[in-house]
Amino acid sequence: MRRHVISVLLENESGALSRVSGLFSARGYNIESLTVAATHDPTLSRMTIVTIGTDRIVEQIIKQLNKLVDVVRLTDLTEVAFIEREIMMVKVRAVDAGREELKRMTDIFRGQILDVTDSSYVIELTGDDYKLSGFLDAIGRDNIIEAVRSGATGIARGDKSLKP
Amino acid sequence: MELSGGEILIEALKEEGVEFLFGYPGGAVLHIYDALYEQNSVKHILVRHEQGATHAADGYARATGKPGVVLVTSGPGATNAVTGIATAFMDSIPMVVLSGQVQSRFIGSDAFQEVDCIGITRPCVKHNFLVDSLENFAETMKKAFHVATTGRPGPVVVDIPKDFTAPGVTVPFNYPKTVNMRSYSPAEQGHPGQIRKAVDLILSAKRPMIYSGGGVVLGNAAAQLTEFTELLGYPITQTLMGLGAFPASNKQNLGMLGMHGTYEANMAMHDCDVLIAIGARFDDRVTGEIESFCPDAKIVHVDVDPASISKNVTVDVPIVGNVTHVLDAMIALIKDTGKRADSADLAQWWATIKGWSDMNCMAYQLDDKLIKPQAVVEALWRETKGDAYICSDVGQHQMWAAQFYGFDKPRRWINSGGLGTMGFGLPAAIGVQLAFPDEVVACVTGEASVQMCIQELSTALQYSTPIKVISLNNRYMGMVRQWQEFNYDKRYSHSYMDALPDFVKLAESYGHVGMRIDKPGDVEGALKEAFAMKDRLVFMDFQTDQTENVYPMIEAGKGHHEMRLNPARELA
Ligand SMILES: Cc1cc2nc3c(=O)[nH]c(=O)nc-3n(C[C@H](O)[C@H](O)[C@H](O)COP(=O)(O)OP(=O)(O)OC[C@H]3O[C@@H](n4cnc5c(N)ncnc54)[C@H](O)[C@@H]3O)c2cc1C
Ligand SMILES: Cc1ncc(C[n+]2csc(CCOP(=O)(O)OP(=O)(O)O)c2C)c(N)n1
Ligand SMILES: [Mg+2]
Repeated sequence: MRRHVISVLLENESGALSRVSGLFSARGYNIESLTVAATHDPTLSRMTIVTIGTDRIVEQIIKQLNKLVDVVRLTDLTEVAFIEREIMMVKVRAVDAGREELKRMTDIFRGQILDVTDSSYVIELTGDDYKLSGFLDAIGRDNIIEAVRSGATGIARGDKSLKP
Repeated sequence: MELSGGEILIEALKEEGVEFLFGYPGGAVLHIYDALYEQNSVKHILVRHEQGATHAADGYARATGKPGVVLVTSGPGATNAVTGIATAFMDSIPMVVLSGQVQSRFIGSDAFQEVDCIGITRPCVKHNFLVDSLENFAETMKKAFHVATTGRPGPVVVDIPKDFTAPGVTVPFNYPKTVNMRSYSPAEQGHPGQIRKAVDLILSAKRPMIYSGGGVVLGNAAAQLTEFTELLGYPITQTLMGLGAFPASNKQNLGMLGMHGTYEANMAMHDCDVLIAIGARFDDRVTGEIESFCPDAKIVHVDVDPASISKNVTVDVPIVGNVTHVLDAMIALIKDTGKRADSADLAQWWATIKGWSDMNCMAYQLDDKLIKPQAVVEALWRETKGDAYICSDVGQHQMWAAQFYGFDKPRRWINSGGLGTMGFGLPAAIGVQLAFPDEVVACVTGEASVQMCIQELSTALQYSTPIKVISLNNRYMGMVRQWQEFNYDKRYSHSYMDALPDFVKLAESYGHVGMRIDKPGDVEGALKEAFAMKDRLVFMDFQTDQTENVYPMIEAGKGHHEMRLNPARELA
């Protein structure tokens, strides 16, 4: 079982997203996260899917995705050098000495504090899954009031690109 | 030319060469029905239930290779069509289903007869389209036919909001000549390197086996498959869906494989060292227990759909491409190399196979009081000289038809394999008979299956389709009863119907001829009599042995080499 980040270029049409999510639920594939938005070309959407599976299952996932008529092209980013980024916002309890400690942690992780009250911060952090989870562990999960994550997005390093 | 949506629909059907539209009217498609009234190039077939429309269109498609076309209304019309759409989907049958939808401005408001047809059908179509403007309608129709018929075929739904078919609202009509879809380009030619690798492996085999499936029928490659197989001199087996793509009467044919396949086909699968899979998808009814599937074999797999490859069984040499082109390329290469498999090895392999064939696994015991269902199918074969279109339903009768009617030609065996839809046979037979009015069409069915779409007897009368319905009436859901006998200690829970109709009267009330046959001695004569009535539908109610089972059988969890054979075989 391995984590795969799959990048999908698909027609920006109503219903395309449900074809993808429907495929995953109908065939019992696992989705860790799924993000989607239009690209610089408004006729295309780009989706990043994070899934965990055996090589065999991931091979089937890729083939089944490719088979969807709305899917233009896709690539398994984990097969190449790639950059993964996800944005997270966490609302944490920030009182007394904890306030200074949280500020320090946010700096170490190169985050930003977006909102402040006398008892809480909203902290923004960008990074890969590993970094975001590391931050949550570092500040102590007990102090978290709420956390929202965008899901991963990814892009290949170098000249490689996903084009129609 | 300025046309309304209803007129565009009809013009598109004409452009696509559609002969028949199987349909049923309703509010959301009334504009379209009004446009249909005006013309006679597309013949509308009025069914009695939308499921019947889809199966009839499906039967037409299976027999002709052309897409079947269906027209249903929104809401219940669309939901009634779903079983037939899923049936076509599972067997990769080209079909275009046009469904009415509520007016676009009412979509999502729980309007009268609104269902989310796109959402409901999404998992059982190759693709579906919601028409979003009158301007795009013609192009959408073109795309629908293109997607349905190319690559791995399948059903496509076009959901049409009522306002886009209104008379008087018109746009300039230009039917596109070509389709350009950047997201859809099915493979045609196989990769030359893979083809070379496959041929090397194929020629190095000591115990080769060819396993062909529905893809050869769908791809119209029966001639290529026959040439390939004869050129190599290898044994061949077919799936339920592949029957007829290689002649049953050819000595190299070991018959069907899988759960109810022949002993020799399954044993040869188990013992082969090179397996050549062509247009087949390693279904669980075929492989038996995956762990013991072809334990010694290197596997070549030709399929147009990359997702079929290494889905259930990992293969060694995959070739993605259209079976026709790939077989042509392999034949040319084999001829080129001049090489053949070692003849001594091959002779020895055939000798081993002969040992298995001598088990005579299909033998059954005749009875002088009870009609044996297998004997009816054999008599049907003789009466029709093995040249009829045989449609079937689902159950024991389906397996006996597959086992005992030797198909020498493709597209003659019309049945629901993947979904196993009871009720398929009769409407499918109507579609086949409409396509080929001068051919002999029979529907081998069971008393339970045939009741699921029995209302289509009325359609058959309206359009004069002189089908011969061969009902193997065992007063049981025989296939269910068989599983209960084997696996549930003969606890026949709800597999018996206590109140069957009088099928003779039933047929007569629909305006057809009914016959009841209950003596083995009458089978032959009754068939002769029925088939002599060339312009009548005859419903033949054969009272068959209630206890007969389908053999051989691979039970759940067993491998190809662990078949259960007919205990009465020795006595036969
Ligand atoms: C009661 C019952 C019992 C059954 N018992 C058996 C049994 O004993 N044995 C048996 O075999 N089946 C049996 N079946 C049927 C079984 O469920 C499957 O439907 C069947 O085995 C599938 O056949 P296939 O592999 O040929 O695939 P199909 O469903 O016919 O699929 C065709 C394959 O070919 C590919 N293809 C399509 N077009 C092309 C082309 N142009 N070029 C290349 N590839 C192409 C497709 O991508 C697909 O992979 C039974 C069904 C029922 C209802
Ligand atoms: C629509 C549908 N419902 C249920 C089944 C499950 N099923 C498979 S075979 C069978 C019995 C078929 O009985 P009959 O038509 O009399 O055929 P027989 O097996 O007796 O030849 C049933 C209920 C099915 N395949 N399709
Ligand atoms: Mg029965």
